[in-house]
Amino acid sequence: MTDFLAALTDPNLSFFRYALLTGLFASIPFGIIGTFVVVRRISYIAGAIAHCVLGGIGLGLYLEKAVGITWFGPMQGAVVVALLAAVILALVSRHASQREDSVIGALWAVGMATGLLFIARTPGYVDPMSYLFGNILLVSKGDFLFVLGLNALVLTLVWIFYNSFLAVCFDEEFARLRGVKTGWIYLLLLCLAALTIVLLVRVVGIVMVIALLTLPSSIAGNFSKSIFQMMVYSVLLCAAFVVAGLGLSYELDLPSGPVIIVIAAIIYLLVLLGGWLKKKKHIFQAD
Amino acid sequence: MGIDPTKPAISIKNLSFAYDSSAVLTDVNLTVQPFDTICVVGPNGGGKSTLIKLIVGLLKPDSGSIRIFGASPETANLRIGYVPQYSQYDPQFPISVFEVVCMGCLNGSLIGKYSEDARSRAMAALSEVGLSAIADRPFSAISGGQRQRVLIARALASNGDILILDEPTANIDHESELHFFDILTELNQRMTILMVTHEVGFASTFFKRIACVNKQVVIHPTSALTGDLIRDMYGGDLQLIRHDHFCSEEGHRHD
Repeated sequence: MTDFLAALTDPNLSFFRYALLTGLFASIPFGIIGTFVVVRRISYIAGAIAHCVLGGIGLGLYLEKAVGITWFGPMQGAVVVALLAAVILALVSRHASQREDSVIGALWAVGMATGLLFIARTPGYVDPMSYLFGNILLVSKGDFLFVLGLNALVLTLVWIFYNSFLAVCFDEEFARLRGVKTGWIYLLLLCLAALTIVLLVRVVGIVMVIALLTLPSSIAGNFSKSIFQMMVYSVLLCAAFVVAGLGLSYELDLPSGPVIIVIAAIIYLLVLLGGWLKKKKHIFQAD
Repeated sequence: MGIDPTKPAISIKNLSFAYDSSAVLTDVNLTVQPFDTICVVGPNGGGKSTLIKLIVGLLKPDSGSIRIFGASPETANLRIGYVPQYSQYDPQFPISVFEVVCMGCLNGSLIGKYSEDARSRAMAALSEVGLSAIADRPFSAISGGQRQRVLIARALASNGDILILDEPTANIDHESELHFFDILTELNQRMTILMVTHEVGFASTFFKRIACVNKQVVIHPTSALTGDLIRDMYGGDLQLIRHDHFCSEEGHRHD
C-alpha cells in the first residue's frame, strides 16, 4: 500500500495520478448509466456497443495513419461508431421486435471484425490487446478532459430527463400514453450509454466493459429503494473498485483492468451469498 | 377537463385490425357513453387486449375510426387513465409507491421535476385507493392487491375521464378484489369505466354492459348474461365458477 501511495505522489509518475483521477471521475457516468442499463435490462446492448467500438478504433487508426487525417484518431472513431451503433440498436428495438437478439449478436461480431480488418491494413504495429483488455495507465490528459466533459453531459441530461428516463425504464408503454416521446428518450439513453462505454473501454477494455458497467449497479440494486439511491451507491462502489483495483494491480504487478473486474465480481458474489443466507435464516426462523 | 355530455366517451366505427396478415378484429362497432361501466370479456387470443391498445392509441387501426370524446386517441389519450396488469413489472425494480403514482402526472413535457401540484395530485390519488400510509414503501415489497391499487392510483393521478383496466383482478386475493370493486363504484361517480376480465361472475354485479370480443364485438346488457351466452362467448363447453352470489359480511367459506 505504501508503494501505491508513493507512486501517487512521485512527480515522475504523473500518468499514475491521471489514471486514478480518470478512474474516480469516470465512476460517475459509469454508476449512473450502469443503473439504467441494469434496471432496463439492456446489458447485452451495452456489450454490442462496446464491441463495435473496436471497429471505430480501427477506423480511427486507419484514417490517422494510413490516410493521414491527423484530426481523426482512434478516440474520435470510437465515439462516432459507438453513437452509430446506439442509433442502429434503438431503431432495431423499435421496428424489429422479434429478432432483436440476432441483430445485437451480428452487430457485436461485425464491429470486432471491421476493427481487426482496419488494424490489419494500418501501417506499423498496433497491439489490439490494450483496446481489448484496457490499460488505464495509458490514459492521457485528453482522456481526462473527455471524462470531465462526459461527466457534465451525463449529469445535466440525467438531471433534466430523470422522470422520463425513469418512466421509460419502469413502464415504457404507460410513459408513451402519458405523452413521453419514449423512442427519443430511449435513443438518448443508448447514446449516453455509448459515450460512457467509449470511456469504459479506456479503463477496462472492450471485453470487460459489461462487467464494470453492471456489477456495481447490480450490487447497489440489492440495497436501494429508489433509482437515485441506486445511482449514488453504484458510483461509490465503482470508484472503490477502481481505486482498489489500481492499488492492488500496482502492488502485485498485474494488469489493472482484470484486477478491477475480479474485485467487483468477488464483492458481487459475496453480496449474493449474503442475501441468500439472510433468506435462508428467515425461512429457518419461520419454521 | 370537463366532460362534454353530447359526445360519447368512446366511439368505434367499422374498425378492423390485423397483425401482419392474421385478422384480430373485424368490423367492430362500439359506443360507450360517459359514466357507463363496460366489461370486456372473451377467449384468449380473441382480441381483448388488442381492442384496449387500439382505444388508448398504442396501436393504429387498419381501417375504421376510434374517437375519444370526439378526438383521435393520440390527442385524447391524456384523458384516459390506463391500468395495465401489475404482473408485467420487474419485481426487482427499485422504486417507491409514490414514484410510481407520480408517473400518472407525466404530461409530455420532458423537462424537469414533478411540480408541487403534480405531487399533491399523486398523494390525493393514493389516499383515494387507501394507500397513502405506504407511499414511501418500495413497490416491490407490497402485496399483489396493493400493487394493483397503486396502479389505479397512478391512473387517477392522470385526472382522466375514462378509466381503462386490463385484467386487474388476475392474481389478486379475494378480499382485495372486493375492496377493488368498492373503489370502482366510487370512481364511477366521475369516470367512465372499461375493464377487461376473465371472470364473468363479477361482471354481472358491477358492470352495466358486457362487450364480448372474439374477432367481432357484441354488446349485451349484464341482465342477459346466461349460460348460453357465455358458451357463445367462449365458443364451446367450459366450466364456469360463479362467484357473484351474495354472501354475508364475513364472506363465505369453501370448507
